[in-house]
Parts: sequence; structure tokens; C-alpha cells
Amino acid sequence: MRVLAISGSLRRDSHNTALLRAAAERTPAGVELELWDGLKAVPPYDEDDDGDLVPAAVTALRSAVAGADAVLFATPEYNHSVPGALKNAIDWVSRPLETNPLRNKPVAVVGASTGIFGAVWAQAELRKVLGAVGARVLHRELAVGQAAERIADGAVGDAEVLAQLDDIVAELLNAVATRRETVAAA
Amino acid sequence: MSTSTIAAPVGTWQLDKVHSSVAFQVPYLAGAFNGSFRDFEGTLDLSEDGAALTGAAKVASVDVKDDNLAAHLQSPDFFDAESYPELTFASDRIALDGESVQVSGEIAIKGVTKQLAATGAAHGPVANLQGNDSLRLQLATTIDRTDFGVSWNAELPGGGQALSNEVTILAELYFVKEA
Repeated sequence: MRVLAISGSLRRDSHNTALLRAAAERTPAGVELELWDGLKAVPPYDEDDDGDLVPAAVTALRSAVAGADAVLFATPEYNHSVPGALKNAIDWVSRPLETNPLRNKPVAVVGASTGIFGAVWAQAELRKVLGAVGARVLHRELAVGQAAERIADGAVGDAEVLAQLDDIVAELLNAVATRRETVAAA
Repeated sequence: MSTSTIAAPVGTWQLDKVHSSVAFQVPYLAGAFNGSFRDFEGTLDLSEDGAALTGAAKVASVDVKDDNLAAHLQSPDFFDAESYPELTFASDRIALDGESVQVSGEIAIKGVTKQLAATGAAHGPVANLQGNDSLRLQLATTIDRTDFGVSWNAELPGGGQALSNEVTILAELYFVKEA
């Protein structure tokens, strides 16, 4: 089983990317969690560029999503919402809407911020966007507030955060298994 | 099967899809979204003991006038067509009083089955051009879509929700008796 992990933060020492790295290190046997690092290369969405030939970074992203059984997003919160770069990448993946690779795909959202709220508004908005795109969105939240204290030197040291992260990844994998059974039965 | 007073010949009646429609209407702001299902089937069984109406509609055949909305309706936010490809109905009671008809039964949407009652009119039977009896049922009912987990909504900037939870289902059913 393959999970694509997408961080909405480009910063080298990002707390959100650290959350996904922690998830990658803790995945159960038989599950590969791959961290996608191409966000910075995705150009702004322009329908004029979305024809037969699309930018290489977009092709790579669409292929990575299509080849994954599930996608785990970690988002910071910029001005109470999803970072523009992350939203832009999803906008590219979402076209055309009726056949895009996020359709029916199990996805989950987690988030970290240095404030006390843990990017809850960005997470809610990202879930809304993913639902509009047609993904199978887990109704779960992991709000890691005061991330500078709980994620030090790129390592998630908070046992409660790790337990919740494990739980969300397990639920995501369950959603993949359920979807496989549904499709097989159809 | 319970009692019915439809005064029509006993037997199995098949839905004539060309002259039938299964549609829905959802209030939205001051207007309404209208949609229908292109692919559906139905059977009306009339016997000495009573009548039974069964039907199913394919979620993938939802027809609305906006492609983005059509794609959104197929997704887990709404009908989740991949997991629940059909909507089904099976009556447990059909009662006729003059031209007024009342149908009750179970409807299943997105994996949730609920009891509903629909009212409307019955016309016929009238022999069609091939000499087979035909009859028409016009039925309407209202359901709360959130009872079935079809719960998507959006907050309006000025307050309130974009989409009503109440959905009217309108079935125009034209049956032809098997020879």
C-alpha cells in the first residue's frame, strides 16, 4: 500500500514536514509513505497551460497522486487558511474535475502551527477543498499547536501527537481497504 | 404485499423509460437546483392481493445543467457513486382513492434505508397503440437529505446555509402491462 504525503510548507525546517516524516518512519509493514517534495516547482495554475502539454512538475504531481492509494496532507495556516502554494497544487491536480486522480481517493489532513490552535482553520478549509475535488475525506483532525515546543529539531517528541498521527494513518489505511472491497464487489 | 384498490388488470407492468422521469429539486437561495436520473428502472406488480412498486436509479446517470456540479454529486460529498451506485425504492403499500394515489415504502440512498410516503395521481389504464394496457403514476415526496448522509453544505458569507436539507423527489412513471 502506498501513501503519498504532501506538506503545505516549503520551509526547510517545517513542523508540518516533520509531522509527515514522523508518519513515514512509523508506518506499519507493507505500507510505503512517500514524502512529495515538488511543491515549490509547481507553477501558478493557468488554464492556458493546462492542455495536452502541462508543466513537468504538474505531470509528476498528478502521476504521484494517481499512483498512491491514499494521500496524507500536513498544512500550516497562513492568514487563517491553506497556503497558496498547496491550494494551487490541488487546483492543478483537480482538472478535469470528473476524472482527476484525487476522485474517490482516501485523504486525511493534519496540521501544525506555532500558535495554540494548530492550524485548525486551514485543516477545515483543506478538507472542504478536497471534498469539492471529489476525494474521500477522513473527518479527522490533528491540531498540533505550539509546534516549536512539541516538534524540536525536526523530531516529534510528543507521545500524544504521535499516537493521534498513528491513529489517523491507520484510519486512512482502513479507508483504502474498504474502498478496495467496495470496488472489488462492484 | 398489502391491499390496493387500483382497478387495473393483474400482472406485471414495466416502466416505459422514455415516457417516465425520476427527478429531484433542492431549494437554493431563492431558487432551486433541478436534476434527474437518466438511467432508472421500475416494475409494478398487480395481483389479487395487492400492488407492489419497485424501482432503482443509477447515481452515475445524474443529469444536472452544470458539469462541475454533476461531478461533485458523484463524489463522497454527495451520493458517493463509487460506494453506492444505486438508489432503490420498494413499496409496502399502495392505496388509490379516485385518481389520488398514496404509496409508502422504503427508499435507500447512500447505504441508508428509510421509510417514506409519496402522494400523487394515477391515470389509466388506457390501451396503447400496440393494444397493451398502460397507466401513469405521478408521485411526489419530500425527504431530508441529511438523514441519508448527503449532508454537504456551505455557509453563506452573510449567514445561513447555501443549500436546503429538504429535497423534493418527483417521479413521473408510465407503466405498460406485459402482454
